[in-house]
Amino acid sequence: MPTPTLFMPPRHYLNDGYGIKSWLLTRDHKRIALLYLAGVTVFFFIGGAMAVLIRLELATPVGDLVSDETYNKLFTMHGVMMVFFFLIPAIPSVLGNFLVPIMIGAKDLAFPKLNLASWYIYIIGASFTTYSLVTGGLDTGWTFYAPFSTVSSTSNVISAALGIFITGFSSILTGLNFIVTTHRMRAPGMTWFRMPLFMWSIYATSLIMVLGTPVVAITILLVAAERLFHFGFFDPRVGGDPVLFQHLFWFYSHPAVYIMVLPAMGVISELVAAFCRKQVFGYSFVAFASLGIAVLGFLVWGHHMFVAGQSVYAALVFSLLSFLVAIPSAVKVFNWTATMYKGSISWQTPMLYAIGFIGLFTIGGLTGLFLAAVGLDVHVTDTYFIVAHFHYIMVGGTIMGYLGGLHYWWPKISGRLYPEFLAKLSAGIIFLGFNLTFFPQFVVGYLGMPRRYHAYPPEFQVLNVLSSAGASILGVGYLIPMAYLMWSLRYGKIAGANPWGAVGLEWTTTSPPPTENFAETPIVTWDAYEYGGKLEGHVA
Amino acid sequence: MPDAAAHPSPHGAHAHHPALAHHFDNLAQQREAATLGMWVFLVTEVLFFGGLFATYAIYRNWYPAAFAAASHELDVTLGTINTVVLITSSLTMALGVHAAQLGQRRLLMVFLAVTMILGAAFLGIKGVEYYHKFVEHHVPGPTFQFEKEHLAHAQIFFSLYFIMTGLHAVHMIIGLGIMLVMFWLAWRGTITAEYYSPIEVSGLYWHFVDIVWIFLFPLLYLIGRHG
Repeated sequence: MPTPTLFMPPRHYLNDGYGIKSWLLTRDHKRIALLYLAGVTVFFFIGGAMAVLIRLELATPVGDLVSDETYNKLFTMHGVMMVFFFLIPAIPSVLGNFLVPIMIGAKDLAFPKLNLASWYIYIIGASFTTYSLVTGGLDTGWTFYAPFSTVSSTSNVISAALGIFITGFSSILTGLNFIVTTHRMRAPGMTWFRMPLFMWSIYATSLIMVLGTPVVAITILLVAAERLFHFGFFDPRVGGDPVLFQHLFWFYSHPAVYIMVLPAMGVISELVAAFCRKQVFGYSFVAFASLGIAVLGFLVWGHHMFVAGQSVYAALVFSLLSFLVAIPSAVKVFNWTATMYKGSISWQTPMLYAIGFIGLFTIGGLTGLFLAAVGLDVHVTDTYFIVAHFHYIMVGGTIMGYLGGLHYWWPKISGRLYPEFLAKLSAGIIFLGFNLTFFPQFVVGYLGMPRRYHAYPPEFQVLNVLSSAGASILGVGYLIPMAYLMWSLRYGKIAGANPWGAVGLEWTTTSPPPTENFAETPIVTWDAYEYGGKLEGHVA
Repeated sequence: MPDAAAHPSPHGAHAHHPALAHHFDNLAQQREAATLGMWVFLVTEVLFFGGLFATYAIYRNWYPAAFAAASHELDVTLGTINTVVLITSSLTMALGVHAAQLGQRRLLMVFLAVTMILGAAFLGIKGVEYYHKFVEHHVPGPTFQFEKEHLAHAQIFFSLYFIMTGLHAVHMIIGLGIMLVMFWLAWRGTITAEYYSPIEVSGLYWHFVDIVWIFLFPLLYLIGRHG
């Protein structure tokens, strides 16, 4: 706990060089993490603004706020911005960049220049997509389905697609950097099974980034080539098959869901251990569950296409494989709860987010089983049931994990504490606002309200008003942390090296850490999460 | 690090190799990281081209007759010459890596130069082929011409032909850029018997691009010609 004797280290990565150049040309993974933090925050609020307009439009059954065409562009750009420029990079590029070298006792990632280049690639890609947003928008849905995207749509498909193509390389190079770093940069004694579980989940995520992203890159390139040069890959007029586009697209875009949620699971493992003061129950099961999810995630894309005309037998196999993903996911949920059992739980903000994650992810995961079942999926395909399901995973999962991790490591990142009461309050607001926004969507979707329309039958209005009300609460919940985290940079209490009394190499160095992370390369002789053992006294 | 000089070196007073980056312990670790990094990148590349090969496999399976007819229009002679050119460039690249490992700077520069010339020759011949296809109206789109029976499906073949060989050519151009940088590094004397991993890693990339062609050539030029 903070005491008046705590002080900021005289020399740390934040005061190691001042001025814009020292940031824009930095090769320090910690500064690059903060560059990403700025980037993803901007795109989160752009995507969020679209969501506000969508929910405002849906407060009434008739399309009165925006035209149908504008509405199509709103939900498309909401999805594109949130998926490609916030959810996918958020945890790996911000928390992963900051923590991966520190957690394994390295001075930096294996390729620091490549890491900086990844950020620039991300920004360039985002600029292209933003360009298409401000010059008329995009109306294909975030999924770019052909032949609408290749032939019919008159909106700015090419610049938006190019932006996603470019940003994909940021993702690939970040994953590559993490993989090589994990293999080659671990400190002496930091064996694979001594690594924090966050590292395992980032490693599994990196595998998906490296294996999946190139496939969506080529797919998007084919869409652009088809628009530009009238190539015929997905054009039925010359014998091309639009369903092939869906196969190629979902081959990446389903695993992309695990790019979003696996790192959040890694964060939750850290939080649960730190705030229950216990070794994570079944460490190796949780570690291998991450790899299991990454592998299985590549084999289930067909469940997005149960109504797209794929063969019945393919649908059966995809259905079965999709059910299998529930096993490693459930292993994690059970192991986190088993870790909490008889732990000495302290209810600080990160733990509130962890509990929130476990609850929301469980709902999101279980409704995912509904969708893996072919018969039920046919009933709810393209309804708000789907929308609610994936928001429970992406928002209830990824953003809860992201915010929990951001609060947990904020003292390490900034050297200062955030105001605990406000943080707890906003965690509560977010949880309530989230459920009020998205739970009614399960109901309205099951009753038959289709997604992607700006008007709907009046009998759905009550549920939609509830959802819109929840969204406004959720929006407030996101603005409060934004405000107090910025405030804490200057006025927060000095955190000290280890404000949580947590174990893990990141808590053995100063807050904020020096540029080279550790005064000396640590030699690791202990397992992760040795709570209540020799380590806790040793790092306090 | 621009500001590393302000702080005492974390490695202490002892001098280390000028090519050793600050965050590695030694050159061996740095080299292993670079090599693994390139292998991981090549895995990405396999998946990138994999999407195209999958697309090819599906459409070839659906439209074998059109694919055979369209394949007939490709110039096997030029394709074969290009295959030989490219395989030879892989040989000179491998010899270049060997020269680098032995610290033979001049020999390395010679092999890099020959590799670049061969790579450029490949692109030149490819350009001639593209020109022929353009003149013959085999570029997909509104002006596409082909025997009536296969008019539609041959467009898919040529769409695949242009995107596959086009992306391969883009990789070749990037490879030539890398080779130029390597040539400059060799000329400057940065590459030594202790520090040759840039050449080794660039060689891996060059060989990969060649291997892609080794698959493209039979798939586009040879398979089904006599079927």
